[in-house]
Amino acid sequence: MNHSTVTAHQDRATHKKAEWQLRLYVAGQTAKSRAALENLQRVCETHLAGRYTIEVIDLLVNPRLAAGDQILAVPTLVRKVPEPIRKIIGDLSNEERVLVGLDVQPVR
Amino acid sequence: MAAVSKKTKQINAPMLAKSPTGIRGLDEVTGGGLPTGRPTLVCGAAGCGKTMFAAEFLVCGALQYDEPGVFMMFEENASELAANMRSLGFDLDKLQRQKKIVLDYVRIERSEIEETGEYDLEGLFIRLGHAIDSIGAKRVVLDTIEALFSGLPNHAVLRAELRRLFRWLKERGMTAVITGERGETTLTRYGLEEYVADCVILLDHRIHEQISTRRLRVVKYRGSSHGTNEYPFLIGAKGLSVLPITSMRLDHVALEERVSTGIAGLDEMLEGAGPYRGSSILVSGSPGTGKSSIAASFANAACARGERALLFAYEESQSQLLRNMRSIGLDLAHWEQKGLLKIHSSRPTLQGLEQHLVFMHDLVEEFKPSVVVVDPISNLTIDESDASLKPTLMRLIDSLKQYGCTALFTSLTADSTNVLANSEVGVSSLMDTWLLLANIAHNAERTRTLQVLKSRGMAHSNQVREFVFTGRGLDLVDVYLFGNQVLTGTARVSQEAQEEAATELRQRDHDRRLRELSSHRQAIDAQIASLKAQQQEREGEVEFAIARETLAAEGAVSRAKSIARGRGNLQKRAAGSRR
Repeated sequence: MNHSTVTAHQDRATHKKAEWQLRLYVAGQTAKSRAALENLQRVCETHLAGRYTIEVIDLLVNPRLAAGDQILAVPTLVRKVPEPIRKIIGDLSNEERVLVGLDVQPVR
Repeated sequence: MAAVSKKTKQINAPMLAKSPTGIRGLDEVTGGGLPTGRPTLVCGAAGCGKTMFAAEFLVCGALQYDEPGVFMMFEENASELAANMRSLGFDLDKLQRQKKIVLDYVRIERSEIEETGEYDLEGLFIRLGHAIDSIGAKRVVLDTIEALFSGLPNHAVLRAELRRLFRWLKERGMTAVITGERGETTLTRYGLEEYVADCVILLDHRIHEQISTRRLRVVKYRGSSHGTNEYPFLIGAKGLSVLPITSMRLDHVALEERVSTGIAGLDEMLEGAGPYRGSSILVSGSPGTGKSSIAASFANAACARGERALLFAYEESQSQLLRNMRSIGLDLAHWEQKGLLKIHSSRPTLQGLEQHLVFMHDLVEEFKPSVVVVDPISNLTIDESDASLKPTLMRLIDSLKQYGCTALFTSLTADSTNVLANSEVGVSSLMDTWLLLANIAHNAERTRTLQVLKSRGMAHSNQVREFVFTGRGLDLVDVYLFGNQVLTGTARVSQEAQEEAATELRQRDHDRRLRELSSHRQAIDAQIASLKAQQQEREGEVEFAIARETLAAEGAVSRAKSIARGRGNLQKRAAGSRR
């Protein structure tokens, strides 16, 4: 059920939104989650400027969403679009690994 | 026995809270179930029934003990599990709709995951916590959490998180079952036993002489005593069943009531009343001695009393049995139509001994018979060296006693009387009554004989009796004692004939003598009559003579008088004339 709503949302998003749709799952405002978001924003600004959206989902607020994207570890970054779905777990501190994980061609 | 009673005492003492699993037999082994509010590790090789174990624990909890549960699976997905469990009669979908169970499939794909920097498994905790809260779960299953080891590259983090997870489950008071794949030298491949230390159950699946047996062992149970043996268990039509042999207690109530065996002569040998209700009877004998017929009569007698009988036939098909028994006047078919008799025919090789026993249990529980007949029990024991044979049979007999069923088992022995005890050593000591059937070959004929080798608690007959098939069933021929021996077969018949002839002769002799006597009496009577006649004759003669003489005398006197009178006249005349 969760999955279908997510899909619908994604379809709608594809039309009007950016070619990179990223979703970051966190559990509360921990140091790790803040670090992950900061790291993600930095990577995206550097390499995907203007072509991305980031949706942050706090599982403490919406625990039911964890099952939909098969989230176990937090923080988890899910690349919803472009498909296929890819996941990167951790605080995204290693930029190189993030780029490999997202399959983004680094600028420069 | 002392150990058993000691154990029961410990179980009764309120020490550690336990949650019953609902798995038959396991709660007996563990003395009440798994530790409440603590995780239990269930480990074993692939295909040994871990998932089944976990699922049954959860479903029984939800259905029988009002403890909702969360099934978090890492290998199968929810619909696969639901399909698998449906085959055991558990409707997981329905339970899910009723909010008694939550199924959560955690899929982890190594290829999809890239790892960078620090992380923890808070997501898993949140998912589990959410599932628990959504139905107020008391039980949790994690099947098989080890899958995470192949999914997540950082084992250091994983181990730390697992430790935290089990602590967290304990804090939340969840009675949890965690399954783990068996490792080569360790209980689990990734050493989960390190984290789950309260209770560890090992499942095993091994093949001996082409027959596979599943076994279960409680490796450890912190804070509680438990059965330490390996117990055979199986996955039957109704889920898991553990057969705890040694945990059975010998405390069934001995009934005073007696039941008829359906053979009048046999009842007579057993104090004229038959065996006790709820006792077990072994009928052993070589081929063709009439074991099945005795078994069928026993069942027939129960049905005739209006009781239910359950007959396990491992040699004949149902219709063959019905036909054959009809030939000796036992109409079993109409009992079957009335629903008093149930015949279950199968080949013993169909499944292992344990499976047969569990199947028997299931049928006994379902049909609730008062008489159970197994014909023959020796066929179940294909592998005679199997050490578990005796205990499993013991378990069967004990449980039948618990139900109050009178059980009759037939057993095939080699065609010789001197090896009789050999093949029966395993089971005979478990039996209350042991009947031995033997064919005695003598004088170019065989005679069926029956003897009561033992019968606990009654003064049974010591005689070897001849038993015969008639069109109206079986019967024992009255003991034919001649001098100091019991005669059987033709010897009995000829002796009977001889005696009969002798009796007739004697009778005739008596008759003759009586006739002689009476004719003698008649002769004497005749003599008496003739003597009497003579006497009368003489009396008559004498009387006549007396009469005649009297008459003659009287005549003479009267004549004299008349002469005198005449003379007087003459004299007057003479005197007158002379004057």
